[in-house]
Amino acid sequence: MFSRSLLSVRSRAAVANQLGLRSFTASRNASTLVLVEHKNDAVASSTLNAITAATKIGGSVTALVAGSAPDAVAKSVASLQGVNKVLVAKHDAYAHALPETLAPLIVAATKAGSFTHVVAPHSPFGKNVLPRAAALLDVNQVSDVIGVEGEDTFVRPIYAGNAVATVKSKEPIKVITVRTTAFPAATSGGSASTESAPSADTASPTEWIKEEIAKSDRPELGGAKIVIGGGRGMKNGENFKLLYDLADKLGAAVGASRAAVDAGFVSNDLQIGQTGKIIAPELYIAVGISGAIQHLAGMKDSKCIVAINKDGDAPIFQVADYGLVDDLFKAIPDITSKVDKI
Amino acid sequence: MSLNRVLVPVKRVVDYAVKIRVAGGKVDTNVKHSMNPFDEIAMEEAVRLKEKKLAKEVIALTVGPSKSNETLRTALAMGADRGVHIEVPEGSEVLPLQVAKLIKAVAEKEKPELLLLGKQAIDDDSSQTGQMLAGLLGWSQATFASKIEVAGDKLTVTREVDGGLETIASKLPAVVTTDLRLNEPRYATLPNIMKAKKKKVEKLTPKDLGVDVTPTIETVKVIEPPKRAGGIKVESVDELLSKLKNEARVL
Repeated sequence: MFSRSLLSVRSRAAVANQLGLRSFTASRNASTLVLVEHKNDAVASSTLNAITAATKIGGSVTALVAGSAPDAVAKSVASLQGVNKVLVAKHDAYAHALPETLAPLIVAATKAGSFTHVVAPHSPFGKNVLPRAAALLDVNQVSDVIGVEGEDTFVRPIYAGNAVATVKSKEPIKVITVRTTAFPAATSGGSASTESAPSADTASPTEWIKEEIAKSDRPELGGAKIVIGGGRGMKNGENFKLLYDLADKLGAAVGASRAAVDAGFVSNDLQIGQTGKIIAPELYIAVGISGAIQHLAGMKDSKCIVAINKDGDAPIFQVADYGLVDDLFKAIPDITSKVDKI
Repeated sequence: MSLNRVLVPVKRVVDYAVKIRVAGGKVDTNVKHSMNPFDEIAMEEAVRLKEKKLAKEVIALTVGPSKSNETLRTALAMGADRGVHIEVPEGSEVLPLQVAKLIKAVAEKEKPELLLLGKQAIDDDSSQTGQMLAGLLGWSQATFASKIEVAGDKLTVTREVDGGLETIASKLPAVVTTDLRLNEPRYATLPNIMKAKKKKVEKLTPKDLGVDVTPTIETVKVIEPPKRAGGIKVESVDELLSKLKNEARVL
């Protein structure tokens, strides 16, 4: 429901002028609250990217760490460059990042600290929690930001990345989630002070029961330098071993297209695409993937794309830097055996 | 105990298979539209709950221009009992928070125990409305659901999260947003499409519900994403490896 009518009534010159005026003037009056994602005493890599996005807004950056035992995470966050202050909320109600308890905490912290911006990664965690907090603050959110053009102007992809919109938020508090692959990770070397977060209502109508997290020795899909994606052309789940063998040699992560996930070849959390993970590795190798719009949305910002497919007309070849029209069942073992030799 | 009412908001969007085009600073929407795929999944789940006698009535709701009526009819043909159409002028923009407020106003009137929404609309890709709605109502939220079980006044939902799955229990009433894996939506059959024409659709406006839908986020411009430079096709695995090592320097 993004309006297309707003633009038609403006002249192009007016738009250009307005953009020129606010190009990269980072504000000194902005103060940003970043919601920290963490698990098993470790800061999620998504938060590192979110902090970099927050520093682009200008002004101060405060990180909010909530958990049942948040101290170790708070310490790591305090040592990140760009972070001025860490707010720590310790309560058993924050153990599993339920939005019913985190959203009121974000609201309390935002009001107490008079923050002008609230930022979280556009990960399943951030997507779950932040809109609830935005609604409690009575403001609209800007989701999946790939560029910060000023304190109220953000760039975001729409229509599965087939269009890029520049939007200007007139909300008193700018609530945004950021696309992690669009911002570099914050590095260590900082020394922020730590404070207790204000208290908030911790009652929740939702109860956490359990989780089943797939274990893997390979790098995390979102942060891997090399990713190999398998599609319907893999034919079955057992054949993914071909990709795992190559991945292990390259230190790569393995992902999949929706077709491969729907066919039950691999688990859902490996899906790359508009509604799965968005990745931007140095090298993406698409194997037996035709290249539907929804898959391209998740990987077309990869630095180098290789397509291996026996159908030379597959749309994936239109975005691939290097395409090999061949039977993957011959090509992949061949690459695996030769990749050490070069 | 079965649910008395399930409310399912659906959105009319550009069909998922259409390769959209940006022209004159905006997206050309003069193309085929259909129901947002995640909303089809939400509607299917609601109809299945009804078929399992776990829900008595399913209401479909849409916010959009007059053409959104087609989307509502599709929902009715899938099995919704009646519809609510909150009509806005063609081409006007209603942001997620305002959509959530409109749905909330209808929910307060209809008193559903369950609100089922898609996890995101494939046009604005925001993924906000369900979460905002749950926040405004103060209800439990279960996003990105791949499995839903209703038992008594509790709802057990399996969610798709980073790295795997998570199970939570919600106290009803609750808001659930659907992920792709929840179910396989049915096709509306011709007899059901005919029957759907007779089902009742209540027409409302944002004004009737007391919600100001003036956008608080302005779209300054829309451009095409940068195009990738054309690639090459290689003849052999050896050539591919050599290019990756010496030209692209990624191996």
